Amino acid sequence: MTATASLNHGEDRAGANRKNAQVGGMAILFALAMLGLGYAAVPLYDLFCRVTGFGGTTQVASQADANRAAAAGTNREISIRFDASTARDMPWEFRPSQPTDTIRIGQRDIATYVARNTSNVPITGTATFNVEPAQAGIYFNKIQCFCFTEQTLQPGQEVNMPVLYYVDPAILEDDVIADVEQITLSYTFHRTKEPVSSALDRSQ
Amino acid sequence: MATTAEGFDAPTAAGTTHGGDHGDDHHMPGFFARWFMSTNHKDIGTLYLIFAIIAGIIGGAISGIMRLELAEPGIQYLFWWAGASEGDIAAAGHMWNVFITAHGLIMVFFMVMPAMIGGFGNWFVPLMIGAPDMAFPRMNNISFWLTVVGFLSLLFSMFVPGSGGMGAGVGWTVYAPLSTTGSPGPAVDFAIFSLHLAGAGSILGATNFITTIFNMRAPGMTLHKMPLFVWSVLVTAFLLLLALPVLAAAITMLLTDRNFGTTFFDPAGGGDPVLYQHLFWFFGHPEVYIMILPGFGMISQIVATFSRKPVFGYLAMAYAMVAIGVVGFVVWAHHMYTVGLDVNTKMYFTAATMVIAVPTGVKIFSWIATMWGGSIEFKSPMVWALGFIFLFTVGGVTGVVLANGGIDDNLHDTYYVIAHFHYVLSMGAVFSLFAGFYYWFPKMSGRMHSEFLSHLHFWVFFIGVNVIFFPQHFLGMDGMPRRIPDYPEAFAFWNMVSSYGYAIMAASMAIFFVNLAYAFTAGRKAENNPWGEGATTLEWTLTSPPPFHQFETLPVIEDHHDYHDHRPATA
Repeated sequence: MTATASLNHGEDRAGANRKNAQVGGMAILFALAMLGLGYAAVPLYDLFCRVTGFGGTTQVASQADANRAAAAGTNREISIRFDASTARDMPWEFRPSQPTDTIRIGQRDIATYVARNTSNVPITGTATFNVEPAQAGIYFNKIQCFCFTEQTLQPGQEVNMPVLYYVDPAILEDDVIADVEQITLSYTFHRTKEPVSSALDRSQ
Repeated sequence: MATTAEGFDAPTAAGTTHGGDHGDDHHMPGFFARWFMSTNHKDIGTLYLIFAIIAGIIGGAISGIMRLELAEPGIQYLFWWAGASEGDIAAAGHMWNVFITAHGLIMVFFMVMPAMIGGFGNWFVPLMIGAPDMAFPRMNNISFWLTVVGFLSLLFSMFVPGSGGMGAGVGWTVYAPLSTTGSPGPAVDFAIFSLHLAGAGSILGATNFITTIFNMRAPGMTLHKMPLFVWSVLVTAFLLLLALPVLAAAITMLLTDRNFGTTFFDPAGGGDPVLYQHLFWFFGHPEVYIMILPGFGMISQIVATFSRKPVFGYLAMAYAMVAIGVVGFVVWAHHMYTVGLDVNTKMYFTAATMVIAVPTGVKIFSWIATMWGGSIEFKSPMVWALGFIFLFTVGGVTGVVLANGGIDDNLHDTYYVIAHFHYVLSMGAVFSLFAGFYYWFPKMSGRMHSEFLSHLHFWVFFIGVNVIFFPQHFLGMDGMPRRIPDYPEAFAFWNMVSSYGYAIMAASMAIFFVNLAYAFTAGRKAENNPWGEGATTLEWTLTSPPPFHQFETLPVIEDHHDYHDHRPATA
């Protein structure tokens, strides 16, 4: 009995170990997949915000889109408030040329912001942006914007920064947001983070 | 070292019979090998419990420092703790942040989780399903020591420079940008590293539990015959497996943002600090269920035992836990109502959060229905279980209040939130831990504790924690923010009451330790089953304490066994 029993026992054990390794391996794969998803959340969150206008993320439109919107335009007017701020370590003055503007929905409009480098070194800045109320993000279209690229200002230099935008007439069909009378367009200028490699170069 | 799987084969290979009477305690390793290189699920469970008690003492002592400081308006002790001159508000404030951070992280990662999952899970999952040990005994050992080293890393972080003093003052949530650009110095790195280690330990532990429960159940022990405690650990293990890696990703991004120039959470480089909050709470919300689900399981066993009835609605109880686990992954943003979520998003998260009250209600009512018509005995585990049901329900009700996006705009980050989550954790989770402890202590130690001291411990603790936390509802409603060491005169009265409550609670802990000392020195020897005919799961068929290796002949669950009664038919 002992020989066969222990043999079978050994086979059982090998089988059990294999099954354990399978289930355990699958569990570890699950965990690794979730780790990957954690990192995938970074581009996915960005994509999600851009596609849905989540958190007041504004949309990018082409000239053709703008023409279509203008054609479908209405006489409903809406007020746009312009907001500007800078990050704490950003030595720029940054303000809108005019605090508010009233436009027809669908009509394209140009707004300007004024930025001045108050420091004595050239500084490159990047602007983050959104609109309030957040649900208006999907309807707020920018054709051109200084926020699409980095901006470099020489010491003391002052520039006008234009935004070409329109509000999509589809906003009037959205019950949640149709009765909104003012949309605030907000920008914050940050000092552009230098890429890691150049930071390393500089330290050498 | 050969105490693991290979160890079992030794007598068989040598030709001895495979029965249970050739001395179960053969090849018991020496002290060092047994406790430091342990691969035995019961020893590792014991280690986890001891570790959790030590961590609980440290985390509890820190909350004592906090309650002492908060007893009166003004700053009394923080200057001394910070080693700063009188009037150095920044240093005192940082010290405060370090205390709240340490208290939160210790209690969550190094007290509740190790006790619930590492302690009771390790001890009783194999016993209850009729398995000789965990599926991966060596990995079990690694899980434990990773947790210990994680704890040491966290303690170490308190003694290296952070921002404005020693230690990591970032809260248990470690929000960016406070934890990135706001906290220079290595302290936060050590705190993050501590979470990496504890998280890795927990993920390995979860893998181990899932494999054990899926593969190593005794013959006939189907999933639908498993004790509810095993169900609760299974669901918890899945939550760990799905949630912790997301935390690991988020805090690794914090580390690289801090040290290697990435900008995951820095808008200057195209990142978004709110993304950190999303990632953290995608982990953080399941985490609160990780902390309470094993407690649910223990309460189900205890209520059934001391009502001498099978638990009411077994399948509903099991799947309610599954439902809580699933829905727990889609409600995270209710922790973030004030970051600027639009109203539609808030509506969704409000509704989804309230849905969780349904499976939770199923559990509460099923416990009550289990007791209904039962032959109830108010033994020590049962009074703690009853305390759990009452206090957890109170915490659940304030949770439904906070679930409302509109109301939370006012209550966010106030003491109302503190009161809410301490009712579900410091009372819910901790009451279930003590219930489980008194329920299984005779089984684990072989000694009976004093019923009188256990009841006394219960009543003093019950009064203490309620005096601490109930007034915090009032403070929160009146607008007292959390995470501050000083407050206006108007909040003085209830803060003083709350601090008195801490003293009462601390006294009850003294009773607990006296009880432990009593049990180990003068406690009666425990029978195999000290709780009578209501205790019907497999661990009660073994000696107290169980043999070093149990179930060398696997128990068989026959057709006449149901989900409740797993005792072998007696001749």
